[in-house]
Amino acid sequence: MAAMSDMPVQFLRQAPADSLPPPPSRAGVFHWLRANLFSSPFNIALTLICILFIAWIVPPFLRFFVINATWSGNDREACLPSPANPQAGACWAFVRVWLSYFVYGFYPIGQRWRVDLFFLALAFGIGWLLWLKAPRREIGALYFFIVLPILSLILLSGLPPIGLASVPTNLWGGILVTIVVATIGMVFSLPLGILLALGRRSHIAVVRWLSITFIEFVRGVPLITVLFMASVMLPLFVPERFAPDKLVRALIGVAMFASAYMAEVVRGGLAAIPRGQYEAAQAIGLTYWRMTALVILPQALRVTLPNIVNTFIGLFKDTTLVFIVGIFDFQRTIETASADPRWASLSTSVTGAAFAALFYFVCCYGMSRYAARAEMRLLRRGRH
Amino acid sequence: MEKRPEGPRAEASRAEIAVEIIALNKWFGEFHVLRDINLKVALGERIVICGPSGSGKSTLLRCINHLETWQTGRIVVDGIELTDDPKQIVAVRRDVGMVFQQFNLFPHLTVLENCTLAPIWVRRMPKRDAEALAMKYLERVKIPDQAQKYPARLSGGQQQRVAIARALCMNPNIMLFDEPTSSLDPEMVKEVLDTMVELASDGITMLVVSHEMGFARQVANRVIFMDDGQIVEINEPKSFFDQPQHERTRLFLQQVLR
Repeated sequence: MAAMSDMPVQFLRQAPADSLPPPPSRAGVFHWLRANLFSSPFNIALTLICILFIAWIVPPFLRFFVINATWSGNDREACLPSPANPQAGACWAFVRVWLSYFVYGFYPIGQRWRVDLFFLALAFGIGWLLWLKAPRREIGALYFFIVLPILSLILLSGLPPIGLASVPTNLWGGILVTIVVATIGMVFSLPLGILLALGRRSHIAVVRWLSITFIEFVRGVPLITVLFMASVMLPLFVPERFAPDKLVRALIGVAMFASAYMAEVVRGGLAAIPRGQYEAAQAIGLTYWRMTALVILPQALRVTLPNIVNTFIGLFKDTTLVFIVGIFDFQRTIETASADPRWASLSTSVTGAAFAALFYFVCCYGMSRYAARAEMRLLRRGRH
Repeated sequence: MEKRPEGPRAEASRAEIAVEIIALNKWFGEFHVLRDINLKVALGERIVICGPSGSGKSTLLRCINHLETWQTGRIVVDGIELTDDPKQIVAVRRDVGMVFQQFNLFPHLTVLENCTLAPIWVRRMPKRDAEALAMKYLERVKIPDQAQKYPARLSGGQQQRVAIARALCMNPNIMLFDEPTSSLDPEMVKEVLDTMVELASDGITMLVVSHEMGFARQVANRVIFMDDGQIVEINEPKSFFDQPQHERTRLFLQQVLR
C-alpha cells in the first residue's frame, strides 16, 4: 500500500518521450563464457564434466584414426603392428585400395565412366532443384523427374544399339546402389505418401479403406520382411518372363515402405490445416484437386518439412538393409572387402566401419542442414 | 455450364430471384438446427440476418454455397438448383462470393496471389488480366499498396478487406458475409463496414449475418431475425427496429441495442 501512495492520481505528459537507441550490450568473449558456461554452480559442474569427457575421448580417437594410422600399403601386413609402428591405428590404406569397389561394386572397370556421368547428372539435378534461387526451376523439375530417370536407366543398364554394353544389375554395387535405392525411394515415397495420406482422409469409403489397409500393413511389418516379400513373393504372382529384376524388386519394396511412413507424416501436416482454409478454397469455386494442390498441400508440406526430411534420413540409412536380398550396397561392399583374407584384421574392420559412418553422416547431415535452412527461409516470409 | 431456362419470360422471372430456399430442414446429429426455412431473395436485395448465437443463422448462410449439406428442402441460387452434383455446386460457387468471420486468407500466398487464384484457376483467366482485375478490387477496398505482402503482415481490418476483394474477383452476383466484423478490434470494424456500405451501393445481392444494427438500418432492404433454427420475423429495417412484432425479437433487440 505504501507503494501505491507514490503513484500520482493524475498524470499528463508534457513532452513526447524520444525514441532512444538500446543500451550497449555487454559483449566480449569473457562475458559470453561467464553467461553461458559458468553462470551457476550447476552450470560450472556440467562444463567441467564435459571438458573432462572431451579430454578423455578425443586424444585416443585422434591417435587411432590419424596419428598412428597407416595411409598406404598393399595388404594387411602394412596395417599390422610393427617395430616402426608398435601401436598400429586405423588402416586407411585399405580404404584407398578398395575405394573403387566401394563406389562401383563389380561394375565393369571399362564402363565406370558411365557411373561417374550418372553421379554428375544426378548432382546437377539435385542442385538445380534444391537451390531455391536457381533459374527456371520448373525445367529443373522436368529434368529431374523425367529426363534424369530415362538417362540414368540408359546409362547404367546400357543400350547395345547405341553402343552402350548392357550391365546387369547384379554387377552394380557400392555407393552406386545406395544412391540409386535412396533416390528412387525418396522420389517415389513423397508423391505416393501424399496420395495415401489424401486417400486416408477421402470421403470415398473404398479409397479410404484401401489407403488405411496399405499404410497399416506396410508400417506394421519390418523393412527386411517387406524386402523379402518383394523379392520372393513378387515372382510368384508375375509370370517368369515379366518377373522384374532383383534390384527393381528391392526398389519397389523400399518405395512401398517409405511411402507408408511418408503418408503418416503428410497426414500430420494435413491435420494442421484449419477447416477455414478448405472452406475458403471451396467458396471461391476450386475443385477438390485444385484446392488440394494450390491451397492445402503447399501449407501442409511446409509444416511437415522437418518430418519429411527426417523420414528421408531414415530411408537413406535403411537402404543398408537391401543386402538381405543379396544386393551389394555400400555397407555390404565394405563388409565383404574387410573379410578379404589379404586384408582381414581388426583395424581394417574398424576403419571400414568408420568410413561407412563418415559417408552416411556427411549425406544425412547435409540433408538436415538443408532442411534447417529451408525452414528458416519459410519462417522469414512471416507466415502465420 | 449455368443451366438457365431459355426464353425471355423465364429469364425475366428467374432474374428477379437471386436465392430461393424452400422448406429447408437440417439436423446436426439429433439436433434440429434449421427448421422449415422458406426465403426468397430478390436480385440486388440486401438482407441482414441477426439472432442469438446458435440460432442457425451462419449455418443457413453456409447452405447457400453448399459448405453445409442439408437433409430436406431445396435451394436454388441464380437459377441453379443445388444438388449433390459437384458440377452444380461449383457452378453456384462461381456465382457466390463469401467472406468469413476468420478471414481465411491463404497464408502462403501474397495478397495479390490470394485474389488471382480463383480467376486464374476457375475462370481460366490469363495471369496478367487476373492481376489487373485483382488490383482494381484491391484499389476499391483501398489497399492496393499491400498487394505484395503476405496476409500475416496485415491488420485484421486489412485482411478482411482483402478477403472481400478476393471474393469480388470472381465477379459474383451474390455476396455472403458470415459475421464479417465479429473478430475485429473495435477500431477496425468501421473500415470493413464502410467497404460493405460502398459495395451495397453497387447493387450487388448481399446476405449478411451480423450484429451491426447500425449497418442493418443503413443498407438492408430487409432484416431477418432467427431463433432456435427458425425464421421468426422478417421486416423492413425501420419497422423491424421501431415496431418489432414478435416477443423474442423485442427481447433480442433490447439485449443488442441496450
